[in-house]
Amino acid sequence: MTDSKDFIAGVDSNAKKSPRRIVFITRRTSAQVKAETEDQLQTFPEVLLRAAVAIMTLAVVLIWIALLFNAPLEGLADPSHTPNPAKAPWYFLGLQELLHYFPPVVAGVLIPGLVVMALIVIPYFKVNIEAEGLFQKDREKRLQIFYSVAGGLSLFLLLFKSRLYNAVLGIKGEAEPLYAALVPTLIISGLMILASKSSPQSPSPFRRYLAGRPLSFWVMTWFLFELVVLTAIGTFFRGPGWAWVWPWQGS
Amino acid sequence: MAKTVDQYFDDLQQTRVWRSIFRSGTGSSTLKRALAIQQNVFLHLFSTKVRTRMLSFSATWYLGTLTLGTFLILVATGIPLMLYYHPSVPQAYADTKDLQFVVSSGMFLRNLHRWSAHAMVFLVFAHMFKVFYRGAYRTPREFNWVIGVVLLLITLLLSYTGYLLPWDQLAYWAITVGSNIASAVPLVGEKIHFLLLGGNAVNANALLRFYVLHCMILPLAAIFFVAIHFWRIRKDGGLYSHASEPATLRAASKDAAAATEAQ
Repeated sequence: MTDSKDFIAGVDSNAKKSPRRIVFITRRTSAQVKAETEDQLQTFPEVLLRAAVAIMTLAVVLIWIALLFNAPLEGLADPSHTPNPAKAPWYFLGLQELLHYFPPVVAGVLIPGLVVMALIVIPYFKVNIEAEGLFQKDREKRLQIFYSVAGGLSLFLLLFKSRLYNAVLGIKGEAEPLYAALVPTLIISGLMILASKSSPQSPSPFRRYLAGRPLSFWVMTWFLFELVVLTAIGTFFRGPGWAWVWPWQGS
Repeated sequence: MAKTVDQYFDDLQQTRVWRSIFRSGTGSSTLKRALAIQQNVFLHLFSTKVRTRMLSFSATWYLGTLTLGTFLILVATGIPLMLYYHPSVPQAYADTKDLQFVVSSGMFLRNLHRWSAHAMVFLVFAHMFKVFYRGAYRTPREFNWVIGVVLLLITLLLSYTGYLLPWDQLAYWAITVGSNIASAVPLVGEKIHFLLLGGNAVNANALLRFYVLHCMILPLAAIFFVAIHFWRIRKDGGLYSHASEPATLRAASKDAAAATEAQ
C-alpha cells in the first residue's frame, strides 16, 4: 500500500471535459462485492414455527401462573385513608427509593429524564460503537479519568445525607446515607480496576473477558446493577414510613 | 382409495375461493414460501429469509418474540375484561369484584392479564439489555433502538394506566404516589399533573382518562410503533450483520467460518 500511486487524481470542475471517476482499479486491488455467505432459513415456515413455539411456551407458563396465583385486590379506594407505605408499581420502586433521598425534582424528573435521554442517544455516540477494551488505548489518561469519576461519585454517595453532611449543614434528623447506590458503584469500580490490571492475553478467561470490555459496557452494567438493587430494596426492604424492614418481618 | 388429510388440504388450496384469499398460490418451493411472507399484509413486515445463526437461542433468547407474545395475550385477555368493566367510581371496583367472584373464568382472565402485564414490563427491559450487550444498536440500526426506547416508555405507561383500573387501595395510592412526581416538573408541573388526572387529585376523571389511555390510545400507539420496529428489522438487514457486531464476536465467527472451510 506504501508504493507510489500509478494514477493522478485530478480535480476538475468541468464535467464535460473530464467526466467523474466512479472507481479506481489499481494493480493490486480489485473492486469487491460484499456477498452474504451465511446460512439462511425461510421465514415461512421455519422461523414462524419457532416464534409460535416460543410464544406458546410463554402462554403455557403464564396460564399456569394465572391458575395458581390470584392477582391482588384490596379494599375500595379510600382517599381519606393512606396506607403506609404507599408504594408505586414495582418497576417504579427504584425511582421511589431515590425519592426518599433526593428532592422530587431531582429523583422524579431530572434522573429519569436523563436516563431516557441517555438511552435514546446511545447509538449516536462513538463511545458506544467502540468495541475495544476500555484500558487498551490511552491507558494513563483513561485511568486518570476513571479514578476521578469513580472516586468523585463514590465520595458523593458516601457523604450525601451522612452524619457528617447533616452536621456541616446543620440538618436535624437521622442520617440516611445512600449505601444502596454506593455498594453497586464500588463493586463495578472494583471490577474496572481489575480490568485495567488485566490483559487480553491473560490466562484467566474471566480476566480476558474483563480486559475486553468497552466503556459502554461498564456504564450500562453499572446502570443495570443500580436499577436492580434500588428496585429490589424498594420492593422487599421498605416498610411503614419507608423505613428499612427485612422481607421476613412482614408489614 | 381414500384421500389423506393432506390431499384434502391440497384440494382446498386449489379452490377458487382459497386462491382469491391467498394470492401467493400453493406449493412448497422456495419462491412460494418467500411469497407467503412477501404477499401477506402482516407478514411482509418480516424478511423472507433469516440468518440461521440469528435463530439460535443464545443470539436473542427470543426476548423480542416473547414480548410480542405477552402483548398478544394482553390484547386477548383485555378485550373480554372490557366487556365486564365500567370506568366509573365506585362501579369499577364492584366490576373487579364481580370478575373475581361472579363472571365465569373472570378470576382467571384478570390473573392472566395482570401477570402477563408484569411479564411484559420485565421482558421489555430484558430485551433492551440483551440488544445492548449484543451491540445490535449499532449502524444501521440506530433508529430502531430509538423506537425501542419509545416502546419501553409506552409499555411502562400501559402498565401504569392499567394499574389504576381496579380502583382498590393498591391502585389508588400507587397512582397518587406516581402522579405526584409529575407535579415536581419545574414551572409546568402542576399543569401536567392536572392534565394527567383531569383534576387536582386521583378521582373519577382520572379513572376515565386512564381507561381511555389504557384501552385505546396507548395500545394503538404500541401497535403503530411495533409495526415500524419489525419493519425496520427487515430494512436494516436482519437482526444484526457482521459489520455491526463487536470485534470479538466478529473474530469468533471468522474463526468458526475458517474451521468449517478447513473441514
